[in-house]
Amino acid sequence: MLIRLKLNGQLREVDTAPMRRLLDVLREELELTGTKEGCGEGECGTCTVLLDGEVVNACMVVIGQCDGRDVVTVEGLGSEAHLLPIQKTFVTEGGAQCGICTPGMLISAEALLRRNASPTDEQIREALAGNLCRCTGYERIVASVRAAALARSSGGAS
Amino acid sequence: MKPRSSGLVGERLRRNDLIRKVRGEVRYTDDLKLPRMLHARLLRCPHPHAKILRIDPARALASPEVAAVITGKDLPRRFGIIPWTPDEYPLALETARFVGDAVAAVAALSERAADLALRQIEVDYELLPSVKDLDEAESKTEAGLGASGRDNVSKRVDLAFGDVEAALAASDLVVEGSYTFEGTAHAPIEPHCALAQYDGDGLLTLWSTTQVPHYLHRELSRVLAVSPARIRVIQPPIGGAFGGKSEPFALEFAAAKLAMVTGRPVKLLYTREEEFYAHRGRHPMAMRYRVGARSDGSLTAVDAETRIDGGAYSSFGLVTTYYSGQLLTLPSFAPNYRFSSTRYFTNKPPCGPKRGHGSVQPRFAFECMLDRVAEKLSLDPIELRRKNAVDASSTVNGFRVTSNGYLECLARVEEASGWKERRGKLGRGRGLGVASSAYISGTNYPIYPNEMPQSAVQLKVDRSGVVTVFNGASEIGQGTDTLMATLVADELGLDLGAVRVVSADSDLCPVDLGAYSSRGTFMNGNACLAAARQIRDKLVAAVAAKLEVAPRDVFVSRGYLCAVGDERRAISVTDAIALAEARFGTLGATGWYKSPEGLGGDYRGGTIGASPAYSFTAHVAEVVVDEQTGVVRVEKVWCAHDCGRALCPTLVDGQIEGSVYMGVAEALLEEHVIDGRGLHRGPNLLDYRIPTSLDVPDIVSILVESHDPEGPLGAKEAGEGPLHSSIPAVANAIYDAVGVRLDRLPFSPGRVLAALREQGGR
Repeated sequence: MLIRLKLNGQLREVDTAPMRRLLDVLREELELTGTKEGCGEGECGTCTVLLDGEVVNACMVVIGQCDGRDVVTVEGLGSEAHLLPIQKTFVTEGGAQCGICTPGMLISAEALLRRNASPTDEQIREALAGNLCRCTGYERIVASVRAAALARSSGGAS
Repeated sequence: MKPRSSGLVGERLRRNDLIRKVRGEVRYTDDLKLPRMLHARLLRCPHPHAKILRIDPARALASPEVAAVITGKDLPRRFGIIPWTPDEYPLALETARFVGDAVAAVAALSERAADLALRQIEVDYELLPSVKDLDEAESKTEAGLGASGRDNVSKRVDLAFGDVEAALAASDLVVEGSYTFEGTAHAPIEPHCALAQYDGDGLLTLWSTTQVPHYLHRELSRVLAVSPARIRVIQPPIGGAFGGKSEPFALEFAAAKLAMVTGRPVKLLYTREEEFYAHRGRHPMAMRYRVGARSDGSLTAVDAETRIDGGAYSSFGLVTTYYSGQLLTLPSFAPNYRFSSTRYFTNKPPCGPKRGHGSVQPRFAFECMLDRVAEKLSLDPIELRRKNAVDASSTVNGFRVTSNGYLECLARVEEASGWKERRGKLGRGRGLGVASSAYISGTNYPIYPNEMPQSAVQLKVDRSGVVTVFNGASEIGQGTDTLMATLVADELGLDLGAVRVVSADSDLCPVDLGAYSSRGTFMNGNACLAAARQIRDKLVAAVAAKLEVAPRDVFVSRGYLCAVGDERRAISVTDAIALAEARFGTLGATGWYKSPEGLGGDYRGGTIGASPAYSFTAHVAEVVVDEQTGVVRVEKVWCAHDCGRALCPTLVDGQIEGSVYMGVAEALLEEHVIDGRGLHRGPNLLDYRIPTSLDVPDIVSILVESHDPEGPLGAKEAGEGPLHSSIPAVANAIYDAVGVRLDRLPFSPGRVLAALREQGGR
């Protein structure tokens, strides 16, 4: 089945079986390996991407559902020249250790900041509760999101 | 005196891999793909203990999508991380010893085809008597899981220091207690993965999610009967390990063998369910303690009896059994000590080392015991710990202590938590608890006895002003690559970005023993400094000649080498490299670290637990207990950790925060339970609950810098020590809040309610 989707801002076509997981099509056919597989069961959030602006687990979505829709992966955050504020603050605040959960974490955080420009810590923790991190204890991840909200509101946003 | 520094060490620098990480550019093992690559899967035994009568892969092989099937007969050599206990086959040969033991492997054109092929393999089993827990392991000797076949014992250690019975008899107080730890999993977010390639030159290349590429290299050679000279092991960046990737696994041998059989690259990725069965997690332990004290609070003796559930195989079990007793003798202890630890085999997923190997469970028990001793003697538990702080340069079991920031750790958490003003005054339901611990900065001896270096680097200096560190150590998320770059950049006056690090590739990097026992900073750091200082001396000599001053009158600052007293006479590091290369020839250096000889006690097993340096930790936890629901919430944890000198404080903070997170998770949530049929109670991340961002306390990390005389610029470990006492700090805080002593982990709502009910009934 020929699937047409908008992927990281660009129109893409991929000819594949409609029941394949979005995660596999991203990582294999489309060679976007930034999206990671942690469990394949919708539990860890490591494969989080945006589907029409909503956070989804790419292991729980089949490619057939994505026809005509808008998908954003970690590779679609920021541009070649510029990182988004949320990417910058993960760097400056030390929001990653091993980094395997980072792509999904960034997607969930960016989705939060797009709908809530100045979230409280509790709202940040709520928004990230579907993304498991095993290294950081979340301290610096929450700090990164807090700093990104500040950067966006003070005009640092792109 | 603070050692010299050109300004990077001790600064809050950014990790050197984060920009690539936030762009999704870092390639982990499963991100690698090779032309003509096959996918492999393992067939696992569904019975806890069974003899393999027949394996017939004919139906699987009939599929055009299946390239090969291998069984135990194709890999008939045993392996094991400890050279004295090799008791595993990559694929079970005659007997499978737990539900999940691998018995066959398939390589196929796709993962799905491999999966389908597994179901086509016919296996006949004869069921054998199985052992489900410690009680059965002791009584059901007919299962014969031990090496002798006559019992189920894996390892027994009995050690005594001083006269414990006499000291207990002469004590004013003897407190007894029993504690249980059910076992926990590492649950790294990245599952185990291996990719193997066998080329026309007969070179086997294996990319793997391993923390111990060197030991893997050796075991691959032994099991596959391939010369180590024909094997290259590459460890890509790792997505979390925590000890769970520190020995060879079935998937590495299977992928390698299938690549050799098929002549095509083979990838094997564990599922999340397989992670829970491959396991090697923290051992369940049943612990009994007697602790004696005089009425003034000085401890007289500690008597410990520990039963350890090892699961199906030896793994690191020999070390675990020693560690369960050996690592308890710091920071507050008694002058007399005896421990008896027995590790048993059971028909369950094998246990191994998890962050704080073998010592987290006894630390929980012992620190709860200290809280009870303090209570009986009406002493402040922090005062009790101060009074019994080991201040000698050697512990009761003969370990040398070179630096000790323990008392400062206690003072810092006491002050930060408002301990004196707040403890006991927070009202029923809210409480504070304290606990403390110590940990090794690397084990003093390699796993296989040898006289060679334990850590090593090679530096390559480029005329462009870039230095590359070929580094044996394993970057597993803890930040060793950043740390090594920082040390080299600091010595040579370079920017962090001018130092590149190539890690853990056996063709490119010298041998390092791996990322275990918290050895990276201490051992690899020393190796790195040794190499960098050789280059520095050459740069200084070349610049001194150019500026016509003595070498001692040249100093290294950021970006430049300058003449002392006349800083306008400066030469950039890049120009200094050119001068040095002209003067000395091509610039390069090796550096290595070997631990001091003769450390440890003069008795059998006295070297296990010996380390060139020890870190120290104190925790205060604040909890709220809901007496209606039994839910415990840890609101805040103050953790002071003596890491020697904090070379990269942001990394140290990260290790402290991650350790406290993991400890609190084991205190409240995590429990790796195998039922009577050998099945995991919930081999997934919903049922095996690891904390979300909503489940973690506020963590205050406090760095205590004691400056170890042998550590690199004074540094010690930070990766494992700060986990230990977080668990008993929570237990002791629960007692302060509601007056119940919990002796079984985790402190789930049901257990808290049961304890409260028992309290109400009294």
